Amino acid sequence: MDSGLSEDPVALKILIAGGFGVGKTTLVGSISEIKPLKTEEVLSDRGIGVDDLDGVEGKTTTTVAMDFGRITIRDGLVVYLFGTPGQERFWFMWDELSYGALGAVVIADTRRLTDCFPSIDYFEQRGTPFVVAVNCFDGVPSHSIEDVKIALDLEDHVPVLMCDVRRRASAKEVMITLVEHSLRTLTTAL
Amino acid sequence: MNVWMDDEAGPVVRPYALTRGRTRPSGETFDLIALVSAVREGGSGPEQEAILRAAQSPISVADLAVELDLPVGVVQVILGDMRDHGLISVTSQVGSRPSERILKEVINGLRAL
Ligand SMILES: Nc1nc2c(ncn2[C@@H]2O[C@H](COP(=O)(O)OP(=O)(O)O)[C@@H](O)[C@H]2O)c(=O)[nH]1
Ligand SMILES: [Mg+2]
Repeated sequence: MDSGLSEDPVALKILIAGGFGVGKTTLVGSISEIKPLKTEEVLSDRGIGVDDLDGVEGKTTTTVAMDFGRITIRDGLVVYLFGTPGQERFWFMWDELSYGALGAVVIADTRRLTDCFPSIDYFEQRGTPFVVAVNCFDGVPSHSIEDVKIALDLEDHVPVLMCDVRRRASAKEVMITLVEHSLRTLTTAL
Repeated sequence: MNVWMDDEAGPVVRPYALTRGRTRPSGETFDLIALVSAVREGGSGPEQEAILRAAQSPISVADLAVELDLPVGVVQVILGDMRDHGLISVTSQVGSRPSERILKEVINGLRAL
């Protein structure tokens, strides 16, 4: 595959979103070498629009662990995964993460579908291509894909698939579905 | 504990002492997947030295944060200082569309995992 030309290394990022306990960490760990990445939240002003902390002593920040994984496709082509907490208070991180992102996986749990609404709204508004991966906790899907599409009020082109994020093969399928979707979005937008 | 804190929130810390209170780097900020390369020696302080060692070949900002065990925001501020002093170079294609060829390569690469 070596073309003989030395190309600039390419780095791509994919976001993994969804409510608390839905399987984000499990998914990133199934498909990549996972590392905890520290980000921080400034408690006194919730980290929004803060330029400087005048008088560090008086302000406190809290460390928020984000899942971070890396998939090396080949030398010079790496996909970075970022598992982000789904709560709205973390949006300060999302803005930075979603800028230039290849796409996002929204993990849903049919027992509490509403938990993924904020993530879906967010990516729809940002125009970030995304897929919805329904994590089948009990092994047996309790809802059809069509039910989920209707419940989430998704546009037709948004892929929805069932998965078991603990299984590598299933995690792989989710990632492939997303990149194929991003590719379609890219080529139709041109 | 605050009701709005969950398991994902860790202990309360003051990592910004390292950056003298700054939460944003001077100049343009660094994307988490921007690649950092060491340009020359002469880092000031253990964090800068550690960054220069880790960035002998290009390394992402996120990987640097993991390596240094520091929050991303703190690493971004330190990197801003290092860029100002010409210690590092930073490249990022974030914001430019990946080509169709690259995405097909990614899909095939994922299949082969
Ligand atoms: N039975 C079952 N448990 C799962 C599945 N996916 C995740 N879990 C468990 O659910 C819990 C929460 O998953 P985690 O990945 O930490 O969720 P996160 O909060 O989104 O990162 C963990 O204890 C996982 O082992 C699944 O498909 N089936
Ligand atoms: Mg988690």
